[in-house]
Amino acid sequence: MFDTALTLSDLMFLIKGAGMTLAVTFFAVTGGTLLGLLFGVVRAQVSVWAALPLIFVLDVFRSVPLLIQLVLANAFQAIAGLNMPPFVTSCIVLALYTSAYCTEIVRGAIEAVPTVTRRAARSLGLTWGQDMRFIVFPMALRVALPSWIGLTLGVMKDSALVLWLGLIELLRSGQILVTRLQEPMFILIVVGAIYFVMSFPIARLGGQLEKRWREND
Amino acid sequence: MFNYTFQWRQALQKLPLLLDGALVTLQIALLSMAMGIAFAVVLAVARNAKSRWASAPASAWIEVSRNTPALFQIYMAHFGLGSFGIYLSPYVALLAGITFNNAGYLAETFRGALRAIPGTQMRAARSLGMTSIQAFRLIIMPQMFRIAFLPTTNQMVWAILMTSLGVTVGMNSDLAGVTQDINVRSFRTFEIFAIAAVIYYLIAKAVTLGARLLASRLFRY
Repeated sequence: MFDTALTLSDLMFLIKGAGMTLAVTFFAVTGGTLLGLLFGVVRAQVSVWAALPLIFVLDVFRSVPLLIQLVLANAFQAIAGLNMPPFVTSCIVLALYTSAYCTEIVRGAIEAVPTVTRRAARSLGLTWGQDMRFIVFPMALRVALPSWIGLTLGVMKDSALVLWLGLIELLRSGQILVTRLQEPMFILIVVGAIYFVMSFPIARLGGQLEKRWREND
Repeated sequence: MFNYTFQWRQALQKLPLLLDGALVTLQIALLSMAMGIAFAVVLAVARNAKSRWASAPASAWIEVSRNTPALFQIYMAHFGLGSFGIYLSPYVALLAGITFNNAGYLAETFRGALRAIPGTQMRAARSLGMTSIQAFRLIIMPQMFRIAFLPTTNQMVWAILMTSLGVTVGMNSDLAGVTQDINVRSFRTFEIFAIAAVIYYLIAKAVTLGARLLASRLFRY
């Protein structure tokens, strides 16, 4: 049980896979957060009826399995002749997927700022932009950050699905090693441990932040 | 616009097959939720227990299920157990993986709900002469399910979406599996997956709507 054929270079191969996971996550979360900020502000400002198309589209991203979204997007870019590499397709799909959740976080955080506070800001002569920047943003950030950290970790875990498009990320590189070394349990435990190390400390940090900010309220 | 002719009719002809697959998807999701809830109640209680022998394994289960991908958990059941000579079929592996995942997430939901129930409830029940098991079953648990109802229905939607991961371990009878099966035979990837996406969307919406109706009937007071 304790002797294994897993060598140091195999371990490096896994680390490289983890790098791919982190790269996909980085682009997806960056893109998704920017889009989510935009959509979230729109959602908080515009009436429900005016935002209905946006609500529907974002809801689709949350109600259709990510795997199906990835396959659909990949098939679509092939049909449209865009010739996108799988990495780009994966990042775009994951970014849109992230933005759907991020929009709800941003909207919830903006709506958590009391209306009277914002009215007070406006009556002091702040413009809408100033009110957003100096009043709403700092207050909403505290509400949003813990859920945003949770979302980022969720996207990192969901990014494992990009293996279906042929990207060699952490789980896929583990699978390749399993095929070669025939030690599924051991290698998968190593893969799982890498995921756990990437996710658990940050999840803890998010929980701690949430608790501390709640106590200080 | 595109140098491609969409063949919707060919894909739509497969609709009965896809709907059969949707039933399997629903079946797996329901089974995994039922088992997940049962495990989650035990995990939530065990994690709060004073004895380390009860809380440590529960914490381990919860943290591993929440900090690794669901796909990894399914791989673990399907490929990982092979090291011990246990070979699970894709159906069982998928069910085991999703159940493990559901249990971990629901346990945290239930733990939060348990924290929201005043401690006086338990003491009142005990002073009325109930045993601790009776008090938990008759007084605490119904309130816990009530508080956790909406997060639990969200988890149900997640479970439905997670069933699509089965296709990566060779599952071919659920909605994603059937879709992939037709895809590799007809190469109408976009059309067939688009129809599958619509079915997934409708199932998810039906579950959400059903849960809301149920909640408004159950929690009128």
